[in-house]
Amino acid sequence: MTAITHHLSDALLDGYVTGCLAQPFAVVAAAHLSLCDACRARAETADMLGGAMLDRIAPADVSQGGRDRMMAALDLAPPPPQPIAASGIFPAPVMQALGGRPPKWRMLGGGIRQVILSADVDGSLRLLYIPPGRAVPEHSHGGLELTLVLQGSFADSEGRFGPGDLEIADDDVDHQPTAGVEGPCICLAATDAPLRFRAMIPRLLQPLFRI
Amino acid sequence: MMHDGRSSPDVMTSPETGVVRPCSHARTPAEEIDPLPAETASHTDPTLWLLAVRDHRDRAAFLMLFEHFAPRLKAMLMRGGLRDGSAEDVVQDVMLVVWHKAAQFDPHRADASAWIYRIARNRRIDLARRKPLPEPDALAEPEGSEPDAAHVLALGQEAALLRRALDAISPDQARVLEQAYFEDLPHSRISEMSGLPLGTIKSRIRLGLDRLRRHLNDLRQP
Repeated sequence: MTAITHHLSDALLDGYVTGCLAQPFAVVAAAHLSLCDACRARAETADMLGGAMLDRIAPADVSQGGRDRMMAALDLAPPPPQPIAASGIFPAPVMQALGGRPPKWRMLGGGIRQVILSADVDGSLRLLYIPPGRAVPEHSHGGLELTLVLQGSFADSEGRFGPGDLEIADDDVDHQPTAGVEGPCICLAATDAPLRFRAMIPRLLQPLFRI
Repeated sequence: MMHDGRSSPDVMTSPETGVVRPCSHARTPAEEIDPLPAETASHTDPTLWLLAVRDHRDRAAFLMLFEHFAPRLKAMLMRGGLRDGSAEDVVQDVMLVVWHKAAQFDPHRADASAWIYRIARNRRIDLARRKPLPEPDALAEPEGSEPDAAHVLALGQEAALLRRALDAISPDQARVLEQAYFEDLPHSRISEMSGLPLGTIKSRIRLGLDRLRRHLNDLRQP
């Protein structure tokens, strides 16, 4: 595997750790952190500062009963269920969005397939499967689109993206991602607005496929 | 409260290395690491207590953790807008997670304060969000692996230096950090601030980055 070269921006990492990202973007951020040691280290070093700050805060009084209640709870409270774990190319946050089941791909035409993981007021989150060498129809965005490569690679006007790489595309990126020829490309993509396709037919298909 | 006025001359004069560039893989020259007296460079006690909970389910150690962290967590949560009673309930939730998830604590990557801070922060985020915050895959130490004492010691030393650097910041700067870490202002506000002491904090943070990243890499390729 080649090294990850496209990372979370400072703003996205800050947004993730402060809980300010909409859910689809937060899932992509957590999936990237699962794959990228450099960004995980960024997040964890920020925690070191948080911990140092916590040590310095003026303590508040905790009620007398709190301590007894706490020790009693150790025996009473059952351990939390194990969260859904990573499986194959899918990091844990993706498997959780899949409900722990393998993806059920739907054909989009041209050999391209997708699975919609969520689509609501927060935006949309989906998995995309692009056959080797195939291009996704050219499109631009009403807002922000994050695309994380889970397998294979794609290239567009912004560069080449391999496993673990994250493309951050905003309004002014008008791109046509093309999968690498080495194998199918599987990506996790989040948007906060529907994609706008250049060609007429994909645009007509948009309501149908919710992309 | 945040600022006890002690001066840390060697921290104050360490080279300003600019803002945090978190994805940079640059090694930091060894001479940038200020020497510390041996006793401040060892494990902090809370980290030892947490390891006792992790390895031996030690209830006495857990009680020490509770007595150390519960008043601080409660203060942090109240700074974040929770009322007295609900802050205590959340403290209980957080400490229960500490008890149940102690197996995931890795002293190569965090001290107890950092690890518990993150749990509390995520808990508070989840209370404010409609959906829980998705978290990255847990990385576990290989079963039966010996801790790398030198690495853990170095992390503790960096944490101690970070704390000394915090001693040197102005009340205004302390307020910005408190807002960022306790009241959910995006961290980017921090990078808008200038001044040597805060720059020192940033370089301290960066010192830890490469070390953490290499440890994470070791976990993947045992």
